Amino acid sequence: MLKTDVLIIGAGASGCAIARELSKYQLDVMVADKNEDVGGDASKSNSAIIHTGYDASPGTLESQLVVAANPMYDKLSEDLEIPFERVGAILPAITDEQFEKLPSIKEKAFKNRVYDVEYKTAEQLLKMEPNLNPEVKGGLYIPRESIIDPFLLVVALAENAQENGVSFLLSTKVTGLKIEGDRIAGAETTAGPIEAKYVINAAGLYCDEIAHMAGKDDYYVNPRKGQFYILDKNTSCKVEHIVLPIPTKLTKGKLMCPTIHGNMLVGPTAEDLTDKVDKSTTREGLDSIETDVRKLIPKVNLRDSITQYCGLRPNRNPEGLHVDTYDDVKNYVNLSGIRSTGLTGSVALGKYVAQTLIDIGMKAPFKTNFIEKRKNIPCFHKLSRNDQNLLIKQNPLYGKVICRCETITEGEIVEAIHRPIPARSVDAVKRRLRAGMGRCQGGFCGPRVIDILARELNIPVTEVNKNNKGSYMIAGKVR
Amino acid sequence: MHNIQCDVAIIGGGPAGLAAAVSAKKQGAQKVLIIERDTALGGILQQCIHPGFGLTYYNEELTGPEYYGRFIKQAESLGIESLLDTMVLEVQPTGKIICVNSKYGITYVDAKSVVLAMGCRERTRANIQIPGTRPAGIYTAGAAQRLINRQNEMVGREIVILGSGDIGMIMARRLTLEGAHVVAVVEIMNYLAGLTRNRVQCLDDYDIPLLLSHTVTRIVGNERVEGVYVAQVDENKRPIGETEEFYPCDTLLLSVGLIPENELSRATDIEISAVTNGPVVNQFMQTSNPAVFACGNVVHVNDLVDNVTLESEIAGREAARYAMGSFPQVKRRISLETGNNVRYLCPHLLDIADMDEQITLYFRVLAPEHNVTITAKSGDAVLYKKKAVKVNPGEMEHVTFKTGEIPASSDCVRVDVTKEV
Repeated sequence: MLKTDVLIIGAGASGCAIARELSKYQLDVMVADKNEDVGGDASKSNSAIIHTGYDASPGTLESQLVVAANPMYDKLSEDLEIPFERVGAILPAITDEQFEKLPSIKEKAFKNRVYDVEYKTAEQLLKMEPNLNPEVKGGLYIPRESIIDPFLLVVALAENAQENGVSFLLSTKVTGLKIEGDRIAGAETTAGPIEAKYVINAAGLYCDEIAHMAGKDDYYVNPRKGQFYILDKNTSCKVEHIVLPIPTKLTKGKLMCPTIHGNMLVGPTAEDLTDKVDKSTTREGLDSIETDVRKLIPKVNLRDSITQYCGLRPNRNPEGLHVDTYDDVKNYVNLSGIRSTGLTGSVALGKYVAQTLIDIGMKAPFKTNFIEKRKNIPCFHKLSRNDQNLLIKQNPLYGKVICRCETITEGEIVEAIHRPIPARSVDAVKRRLRAGMGRCQGGFCGPRVIDILARELNIPVTEVNKNNKGSYMIAGKVR
Repeated sequence: MHNIQCDVAIIGGGPAGLAAAVSAKKQGAQKVLIIERDTALGGILQQCIHPGFGLTYYNEELTGPEYYGRFIKQAESLGIESLLDTMVLEVQPTGKIICVNSKYGITYVDAKSVVLAMGCRERTRANIQIPGTRPAGIYTAGAAQRLINRQNEMVGREIVILGSGDIGMIMARRLTLEGAHVVAVVEIMNYLAGLTRNRVQCLDDYDIPLLLSHTVTRIVGNERVEGVYVAQVDENKRPIGETEEFYPCDTLLLSVGLIPENELSRATDIEISAVTNGPVVNQFMQTSNPAVFACGNVVHVNDLVDNVTLESEIAGREAARYAMGSFPQVKRRISLETGNNVRYLCPHLLDIADMDEQITLYFRVLAPEHNVTITAKSGDAVLYKKKAVKVNPGEMEHVTFKTGEIPASSDCVRVDVTKEV
């Protein structure tokens, strides 16, 4: 039987950040996730922004985590080689009514200890962002709002945790929790039972189902759908900052910002759902993005879209981010309500959960040999011609470009497939490297990536999946 | 770093690049080099194993591989060189090409003239913004064609095809022949996007339903496609809600248009047409950068490879003359105007030298029409006039005339397609 000190359920941003934090201690840590890859649900479909927490509800745990996490990203992104940029956000007031709200937003930011929010005049904002609605009355500038590669954040946290001894059980669904007396003892999974001294529920969208297994039914997950557009790098109307609308109660609103790789991101909607599997974009949703974002950026050209996607925020009812421990189920930590700020908050959450475990009696000394840094796969298109040449001499597969839109080589793909947290599906390759994420959306590289996956994993092409089990790409041999 | 010098460098070894190379060499260029990203020459024709090629150029019906095979033979006997498995990373405004392969690493190619022959790519689901989930089983028709014909891999069993472009119709037949069931071909317009002969030979002959004025409104399925919703559209191409119907299938193929692939061209600072998405060229297939020529689907999307061959022969010949310093001296520029029911003209302009040249202007109409007159006029002079029973945006038309017929007082030629009254 599998045995561990700590079992983390869920390998999203939260689960992987907790895993990495706990890998600093002399502990056996295991992460189980039902998906075939890390970061498979909410962590992969969001706005990829590292927030400051300026607009969080002051005094909440969510505010505390986001505000604490933001400054950590400079070092983290450097240590783990994650593309990250502090582009800053602007919050333009277009109407007089919005303009009157600015002082209260600034005051809220102050209460959240985000002190560096500055007022900007209409002229200043238009200079910063020439494509902004010229009717802008003025607005706020939030310099530390930043953008990140959300896929690589999760992969990097997981890979670094793995290098520091954490084991990952992917495609492994938790089907029950083992409780002995008043304490947790482990979990039943599709890969067999796991004995664990501590169990952390970081199951995101499905955290209420895990909580139910622990006999806790004090909340339920109320998914909030967000639909997005990604625009071509060559789109005619671009922005350099995160351009945010004045937030409402329900949502931060529909924004436009650059992605870390130079595309434009536009969205999201905020639609309350009861169904956790409804990850479909809708005509109405997409049209509403156009209507709303035009108020900020009138010339935005959504015809330049290269993809549209949808994510489900694991919002909970009653609302609020919770890290709960219980007297009647000891050594079990339940995380819930980790919604759109979850990506940002993850690295602070990792530390918070580690401290929670210590508070409830876990005793574990620090490791002396924690490996802080992680090397990314060489990124061919970012290298100088000279370095590209050297790389090809070492490994000729780097001389073979597979994804022409994003210039991704076979060398990179083969390496991703054989990393400690391997890319075993078309989407896993895409998320790590961007092969298939460009303007042709895999039309060119898709058939080639399928064959490379089959060859490197030594499986028939019919077993190459887009992502999870059942998402087969090829129905069979022609003859 | 590896360096290569040549007279004419051709980017792309498909039918356009091959014809340009053969023609450049025949014109007298000493060293002609084709740079091709695939492991073999032939381009998209390698996966076009169906017949229908060469009907006008060779007066016989060939398969794709037979058609380009003839050009490869010629290229070999003429001593044309090629760099295979090589991706061009950059074409600098000076014409210097930076490419990469496993054998030589980063390679610089210095050429006296360059021919862009990169072809086109397919529009995607995202381009037409079909809502729904994002399961496996959504392929562009060309990607599916590659998987089936080159990789021997079947994409699915129950197929809906959106778009009545030629590749879509050809794939409908191909999939049927390999035992799949093509549920329907769905076309948003009220007319066929591709060639009529493909409708007859690929759909009608196999009883595959064609739904004109219909579109896919939603994709269903979490892991693999489970079906699509199809609805009729009104005259503004908006789906009519109550006509929406669910079609179970495991695969959606998209044949919703092609876009000239000009990522490299843009970097050379040449002028790109907003209508065709390809470089603006004169009748020599010369772009706004005098040392850079372009031909085939990178300029405008053609229906027939035969036409690609003809215009690529011009590009190759003129690129060779440019490289050898024998390019004609241009005396005056004639602009070309799209008149009634003409979407674009290719070439986009004429650069008139001393000689009396035969010109062919290719074009597409904006909307289908019956019983029309096609004219080319310059000032008071009628350069071309012909009646046509039927014109369709899916079938390319052309006019021809001689440059000597353009009046000295005129600096414009206009093409119109008008309905006879």
